[in-house]
Formats: sequence, C-alpha cells, structure tokens
Amino acid sequence: MDIWLLILIVGVLTFLIRFSFIALVGRVGLPEHLQRALRFVPAAVLAALIMPELIYRNGVFSPIRLAAGTVAILVAWRTKNAIFTMTAGMIVLWVLQGMTGV
Amino acid sequence: MSPRSQFMLGIRTITPVIVGLIPFGLISGVVAVEAGIPPEAAWSMSWIIFAGAGQIVMSQLVSAGAAAWVIILSASVVNLRMLMYSAALAQHFRTFSIGVKALLGYLLTDQAFVVSVNRYNEHPDEPPTLKAWFYLGAALALWLPWLITSAIGAWLGARIPEEWGLLFAAPLSFIAIWVPGLKDRPLVVAAIVGGAVAVALAFLPNRLGLIIAAVAGIAAGYGYEEWQR
Repeated sequence: MDIWLLILIVGVLTFLIRFSFIALVGRVGLPEHLQRALRFVPAAVLAALIMPELIYRNGVFSPIRLAAGTVAILVAWRTKNAIFTMTAGMIVLWVLQGMTGV
Repeated sequence: MSPRSQFMLGIRTITPVIVGLIPFGLISGVVAVEAGIPPEAAWSMSWIIFAGAGQIVMSQLVSAGAAAWVIILSASVVNLRMLMYSAALAQHFRTFSIGVKALLGYLLTDQAFVVSVNRYNEHPDEPPTLKAWFYLGAALALWLPWLITSAIGAWLGARIPEEWGLLFAAPLSFIAIWVPGLKDRPLVVAAIVGGAVAVALAFLPNRLGLIIAAVAGIAAGYGYEEWQR
C-alpha cells in the first residue's frame, strides 16, 4: 500500500479516537468495563512491540540487543528519564557491536 | 482571567513537559526515514497522525514489512488510550460548535490532557471558554515543537547511515515510556503476558503475533485485576 495512503488512514483513525467523546458528549459515556480494559492498552501493546525487538535481529537471537535492552529497562526503572534510557541503550548496543564486529 | 492570560497559562504549565518531548520528536523523524519512508512523508506523519507512539509503531512495522492492515490496526490500537482522555474532557467542551470541538480533538495528547484535567479539577467553575483557551495554549505549545523536532529528526535520519542501527532507538523510546507506566501489579501482568506472547509468536507472518499478544496482555491484566478484587 502507498505510504501516503497508510499515513492518511492512521491519521483519520487517530483523529476519530480523539474526537469520539468530545463530539458525542451528553449522549454517551465510556462504559466502565471498557475504561478499565483501556488502562492496560499501553502496557500490553508496548511490551508486545518492545520484547521481540530486544530478542531477535532479523529473526535470529541477538544477545547484543538483549543486553542493550536490559540496560535500558534498568535505567528507565531507576531514573524514569527518557534521554538517559535511550542514550544508555544505544551506547551499550554500539560498544557491544564494536567489540564483536557484528 | 482573560482568554489571553489563560492561553499563556496553558503554555507555561506544559513547558516543562516539552523538554521531555524533544528526544521523542527527533527519534520519530529519524526512525521513520531509517525505515525507508521518504522524509517529506515522514515529517507529514507528525501533523497528519500527531501521535508519537503511533508514528514510531508505524515506522517500525513498515521496516519489518508488516501487512498494511496490521500496521493500521497496531498504530491505531496504540492510540486507543486517547478514548479515555476524550471521554474525560468531553464534559468541559460540550458547549462548543462541532468545528471547535474538531480542533480541540485533533490537538489532544497525553500531556495536554493531564495538565488540562489538573487545571479543571482545581478550578471547576471556570467558564468553558476559559477552559478551552487553557487547553489550546497547552496543546499548541506541544504541537509546534513536535512538528519542528520531527522535521529535524527526518532531516538527520536521511544523513545517518543505516549501519548505526538507529532503528533500535524505536524500542528504546518505547521502553522510556513503558517502564515508568507499570505502576501496579495488574499493569505488570499485562506487560509480561503481552511481551511473552509477542516473543513466542514473532515468527508468524506479517507481524500478526503483535495483535494477538496485545489482546492477550490486555485480557491478562484485566483478568488479574478482576481476580484480585
């Protein structure tokens, strides 16, 4: 699919998510069950996006990525600082790639 | 308070948050271009989609060669959390015309939501117009730096060789928002199940495993919370 079309579709859907209740107010609220389920969306989706990336590189197990990702998770947990987290992860990745020549 | 002073107050309140946004803006531009998206399309994501996590997910899946429907579904699901924000803000914006509501909706972000709801909780009796001006100040103060930093990121991405492995910054940026959000045990359960299922199903075609893992994680967190009660 054309990348512009893809961007446009995601853009429209994202707008509809944002606009939803602001547009409909007074008529409907968010059901309690849905609200409670939505709370888990970021934790579950981000985990599903992150974990395979930390374990595989092009479908092969990558200890370097796992090490870099583990360091980043620890830094995020201790500091809650985005810049420290990303910098630490990239530095570990580059150092290990340099050492192993991968 | 005048509309102007409310607008300025919105800007001032959100300013500390903007600093934390800069790396995400840069990364969203860099990874989009590294994923093979043309720079002008990479930058346009920032005003068409205007949602950092959704944009980075999209880049990641484009570079992984995922099916179009998986890309659309995943990027949208990441943004689903904004349904909650929309529901919470709706009562404050109920008196406006549909056009104004559309503008306010388009500008909705995690950060603008948090600072506005805090303000509305402290000053519940402020007239809707003043509430909206505060929100607009905060939301626009975030929108403009997002467009600027992602444009810089797209420009940089086009000049950084692929061998630097900067695509790895995408999962790292997710870690930076994911870990601090795991505030209670049901959330941790959702994360562990979602991550484990995604790893186990990573060999399914078209990144199909991602969707199944997300659903499994959400169900696990929800189920665990039910069981805890």
